[in-house]
Amino acid sequence: MEPRRPSRVIDPKVRKVGFFTPGPPPDRTRSGPAATTPTRNQSPVSNSLSPVMIPPARHASDNLSRAVGMPVPVASQLHAHPPADSLQVGSYTPSDSVISASPTRSPSSRIGLDGEFSEDSINWMKRSNSGRISAARPTGGPDLKQSVEALINVAEGNKPGTTSGMSAPAQTSKPVNKPNQKKDGPPMVSSTIVPERKGGDKPPEKDRKKDMPPPRMQFDDKSRVEKAKKRSVTKQTEARNRVELFRHLPQYERGNQLSDLESKFFQLDHVHPAVYKVGLQFLAGDIMWSNTRCIAMLQAFQKVIEDYSTPSEKTLARDLTSKINSSVSFLIECRPLSISMGNAIRFLKSRIAKITLAQTESEAKTFLCSDIDRYINEKIVLADKVIVRHAVTKIRDGDVLLTYGSSSLVEMILLHAHELRRQFRVVVVDSRPNLEGQQLLRRLVEKGFSCTYTHINAVSYIMHEVTRIFLGAASVLSNGTVYSTVGTACIAMVAHAHHVPVLICCESYKFHERVQLDSICNPDAIAKVPGRTNNCLDDWAGKENLQLLNLAYDVTPSDYVSMIVTEHGMIPPTSVPVIVREYGREHLLI
Amino acid sequence: MLDTHALVHDFLNKLKRRKIEGSKGTAKLTAELLRTVISQQRIPNTNQAGALVDAIKAIGEQLVAANPVELAVGNVVRRVLHIIREEDLSLMTSAIGGPSLSVISDDENDVDRDDYPVLSAAAVAASARNALRAPSLQTLLEDMSHSAAVHHSSSSVDDSEEKTKSTDKNSRSRKLKHNVIETVNELIQDIAACHEQIAEQAVEHIHHNEIILTLGSSRTVIEFLCAAKEKKRSFRVFVAEGAPRYEGHILAKELIGRGLQTTVITDSAVFAMISRVNMVIVGAHAVMANGGVIAPVGLNMVALAAQRHAVPFVVLAGIHKLCPLYPHKPEVLLNELRAPSELLDFGEFSNCMDSSTGTGFPLLHVANPAFDYVPPKLVSLFITDNGGHNPSYMYRLIADYYSADDLVLQRKPAS
Repeated sequence: MEPRRPSRVIDPKVRKVGFFTPGPPPDRTRSGPAATTPTRNQSPVSNSLSPVMIPPARHASDNLSRAVGMPVPVASQLHAHPPADSLQVGSYTPSDSVISASPTRSPSSRIGLDGEFSEDSINWMKRSNSGRISAARPTGGPDLKQSVEALINVAEGNKPGTTSGMSAPAQTSKPVNKPNQKKDGPPMVSSTIVPERKGGDKPPEKDRKKDMPPPRMQFDDKSRVEKAKKRSVTKQTEARNRVELFRHLPQYERGNQLSDLESKFFQLDHVHPAVYKVGLQFLAGDIMWSNTRCIAMLQAFQKVIEDYSTPSEKTLARDLTSKINSSVSFLIECRPLSISMGNAIRFLKSRIAKITLAQTESEAKTFLCSDIDRYINEKIVLADKVIVRHAVTKIRDGDVLLTYGSSSLVEMILLHAHELRRQFRVVVVDSRPNLEGQQLLRRLVEKGFSCTYTHINAVSYIMHEVTRIFLGAASVLSNGTVYSTVGTACIAMVAHAHHVPVLICCESYKFHERVQLDSICNPDAIAKVPGRTNNCLDDWAGKENLQLLNLAYDVTPSDYVSMIVTEHGMIPPTSVPVIVREYGREHLLI
Repeated sequence: MLDTHALVHDFLNKLKRRKIEGSKGTAKLTAELLRTVISQQRIPNTNQAGALVDAIKAIGEQLVAANPVELAVGNVVRRVLHIIREEDLSLMTSAIGGPSLSVISDDENDVDRDDYPVLSAAAVAASARNALRAPSLQTLLEDMSHSAAVHHSSSSVDDSEEKTKSTDKNSRSRKLKHNVIETVNELIQDIAACHEQIAEQAVEHIHHNEIILTLGSSRTVIEFLCAAKEKKRSFRVFVAEGAPRYEGHILAKELIGRGLQTTVITDSAVFAMISRVNMVIVGAHAVMANGGVIAPVGLNMVALAAQRHAVPFVVLAGIHKLCPLYPHKPEVLLNELRAPSELLDFGEFSNCMDSSTGTGFPLLHVANPAFDYVPPKLVSLFITDNGGHNPSYMYRLIADYYSADDLVLQRKPAS
């Protein structure tokens, strides 16, 4: 058996895909704390909510870590600033302090967090790049002075809008960190930051260019993965016999973490129990579909908000955002986010950022909760109703409709058409390893539908009878490609060969202007065939030449798709970027 | 004769109940059965070939009717018929050419002998043309005239010549049977050895650092891949499971036993993975005359995906799988629906089935087809015992192995 490789958890230091909310704030186990401090500023910035950060942070951080020398003793003084700073943390301790081995590091972590908040709010409001910030910082030059300037800039940025609690640590850091610094550096740089904040809500034109997704976590880089592993809450066991072709994605085995996490339930108090529960449900696979996952997550966040109380010396906005961040990072560890969840988180953070100081805490909380409710209602529930109404117009008497797997939206469409007394048959196509079509089949048969059930290999056989195909999607990308359960592409391809129209039903909040892949799932699910006694691949892990690959999603090219039904109407796949552009920003600006 | 009846009956039952499956197995058994029938068949002195053909056709009709989807059975029957006709033809040509010592020179004999070669030559020419032409009125007439001539010649001799002729014909008939059985033995050997011959060509097609995709399990494919492995080609194999029988698992186990890097994927992931694949290599159940393939279910999907990504789709098939028929609606007519229990447990759905509204037709229908039809335009290459061919070339191979008269196995109603 292969030696266990380090588990692959998302390393927040490294670039992540846009809407991925950040992992836990960076690792304490790094050698130089101050070296890490600036990097923490950079990388959590890059990881935080704004989906558009381009972190050159990696290079800067590498460079900075090389330029260790000075900052180390400096920062150790920072650490030596113990109790006064640590007391300011308040009732809510950042997740790192629990994860990290040494409690003395909490102050620096907090500072890092503060830096994160400011960057966060600034950048998120602008939807602008940390590339901007990092452009203010030198990317190439591993200059200690400049890196500390960066820290100061961030701290300066704190000043205009925040509480004293924030500036206090900033100020402690400032004198400590700048024994030899130029004094004119920071004010100049901070002045560049301040105008950004005053710029208004719309990102300036030149920022739109930087709207590119940061590169993803490189799971094939051992050093990063090592560090990530030390930081993680859940212990993901590295998949045995990894598939080489997918080294860039996390491959792990399920099953171990559940009991682990359950035992830790009462210890991890940085994560709200509601979030913890949802995370466990994700991990166990109890909640499966992107709509349900999204709703469950948002409702968990509602509870978090309700139970939240602002610690003293902090703003609600920033503190709550960081709490949400840590919750999200926990959820990511349980199961990577789907695109719809990412969009929802983005919305939530924009709402939080809009909270002004004028509102009291309870007002803000009710405001947020009602916003979440409204989001769920508008974007999911009502959107579903509108989509159903549109799609039903495409069902005629005598149709034979094919659907794949189990999509709640398609099920609603079928039920509604049935209520309207349309006469049609349904073909349910299913595939391994989840066999989710059987649940849909059961529900349909109970309602009295006339159904046919096959497996995906038989699709060519059954396609002759089929008149239309309705499919759900996890996301639709901006070039019209549909990102959905694995096997959808095969169905669409065979349908195209037989000239059968394919209709994709998808709410518009799932549209996305980028590409993302979910991870590879549990490979054990392939080895075990239910109901068979002689599973010949039972000991697959023991055989070194054998790998099992269980993909979760696949991508359907746009020319196989005839039409996409959204709540804005029925559009061809080529019009998806239009929807993203016209309707994508609006929920942020409400 | 009773022996053969029992054997035939036994084989028919096995076919009907699908106890024997797989083209190689059925082909071999059919050939052996027919060999037994031929060796035990008592054939008349005149027109032995015709008698043999009739006998084989009768049995063949029953065999094909027992399992119409198992095309290999019909193929072997037609091959044997072709062998009979060929052997008969070659015997006649040698009879014309070589001196026949047993013939006594006599007036009548001379007449007969003179008559005979003339007709034989015509018959030879006709048969030679037959190989390339579908049955036409002319061949039918020549056949009839030939048999009439034989009859005529046999009736116009006296006893002594009869005896000589009968010994002559006896020896010729024994020779016919003997030759036929020899050739049928060769056929059986060919069927058994098709894997090796196909595997020999593996090295030409599999190169280094390739990724090969296959679905389900096929002995030919295993041998093919292992032959390439033995020649020290390094490559990886992605095996799609092949629900609902999951033969892909068996194939994977076999391959790793022989030291090949294998990855098992679900069938639904084929489209996602095919862009990373260099070649798709699959086995076939049967190959039709137009180059279309009857393959295990799911391969049409793979072929479409391969076409989309411009990945070569290679089909390995022994010649005994080549069927001289053209397919019409093969998805339905040349397909078999298996038990739904492979897909669904009845117990799981019995409760919701009770709430049917009684509209007359069943609410839940489970389709579990066994085969898929892959049209010839999706196939890049056929690799057979005697080399690689285009799908558009397969119809020419039919002429080598089958006679035009045998395409329809139903006997003409006795007049």
